[in-house]
Amino acid sequence: MSCSEALRVHAYFDGELDAGAAAEVERHLETCTDCAALLKDLETARSALRESAPYHRASSEFRERIADALDDEDGDRSRRRKSWPGISFLTGAVSGGGVTALAAVLAFFLLLQPGSNLLVDDLTNAHLRSMMSDHLIDVVSSDRHTVKPWFAGHTDVSPPAINFAAQSFTLVGGRADYIDGHRAAVVVYRHGKHIINVFAWAAGDEHLPAEGLRNGYHLLFWKSGNIAFCAVSDAGLDEMKTLTRLIQNAGAPIRRE
Amino acid sequence: MSDRRARFEAQALPHLDAAYNLARWLARPPLDADDIVQDAMLRAFRAFDSFRGDNVKPWLLSIVRNCFLTAAGQSRRTRTVPIEPDGESETGDPALVADAPDPEAAAIRADEGRRLGAAVAKLPQEFREVLVLREMEDLSYREIAQITGSPIGTVMSRLARARGMLKERWLSDVEGIRHVVQ
Repeated sequence: MSCSEALRVHAYFDGELDAGAAAEVERHLETCTDCAALLKDLETARSALRESAPYHRASSEFRERIADALDDEDGDRSRRRKSWPGISFLTGAVSGGGVTALAAVLAFFLLLQPGSNLLVDDLTNAHLRSMMSDHLIDVVSSDRHTVKPWFAGHTDVSPPAINFAAQSFTLVGGRADYIDGHRAAVVVYRHGKHIINVFAWAAGDEHLPAEGLRNGYHLLFWKSGNIAFCAVSDAGLDEMKTLTRLIQNAGAPIRRE
Repeated sequence: MSDRRARFEAQALPHLDAAYNLARWLARPPLDADDIVQDAMLRAFRAFDSFRGDNVKPWLLSIVRNCFLTAAGQSRRTRTVPIEPDGESETGDPALVADAPDPEAAAIRADEGRRLGAAVAKLPQEFREVLVLREMEDLSYREIAQITGSPIGTVMSRLARARGMLKERWLSDVEGIRHVVQ
């Protein structure tokens, strides 16, 4: 089992050889049964490691802990609602008025936040929820003829649900979620180890940001007709843009009134 | 938000899962992967202005590995009793297991994942880390060499050894299960 070419078979399998060396190994594999068996073992082990072995993702609580630690390090406390400088002053001012007045003050502060921030929060939380729980998908399928009709009974919109496996974005299913007061349709893709949730909901005339970034997750927004879209993932921004272009070119979504 | 913070969020934080996964595979009780990753992220953030290059992931993972080694060194000096890794209780990532349409197949895969995870966890650290970095993080030999601070030739031979050890401990076992299922 220890052919002198074994190490080069590993390197070939890992894509580390130049074209000439790779061709040599391929010729060798045709005649050496030991190395052919080795290559098959390498493939089996890799697919098992990538598909079945535990991959430990950072939990949303842990992401929050890191964000807090970075805040302390950065000296930037204004990002966090709990330490807004105005609040302690104002709570002092209204302390006689009781809980109602305090709630009104807090509501006033929350309203000051631009609406798109709340939307970004909403979408990021929905994405995190789907990753944490076993509620990633309601309808499991790589077939758009299964996913798209399912949306018709469960959400307000029917976005395109097309498998872009050839471009390495695999359709894994669909889900119903609740975004910004709408029954949103979510098309779920896998890209390498990353899950990409593509949310679609009936848009009003709200202004959508083009891009967002929250706790290391990218959000890409666009509108198609009267449907709002947002792709959320920890995948790379360029890869996510590739997917959004594929979806945008895939045909018009349907909105049910 | 500071400029450094914005760049760090855009370039380094997307690799937090990779950092966490590596720390979880490296650290054994009583070492805490959470503490190691937090330490690493803060160190990376402090050093981020002086980071030159366009490949953040191996840079960040090398910091995670250094923080692990530091913590392991301190732990060794305080004499602790090694405990079996906690890999046995882990099921596969729900996001990855959930798409198996057949519950029976999903159960078999989860079980396979547990056995495989346990086999990886039992490899010595220098073999475990190259296997995790190559197979789970899909990093090149050069990137793994950068993270582990070893020559590419060492990475190659360790990876081949790690795969051989894993096959011995796991592959024959799983093939046995597959034959029963089919």
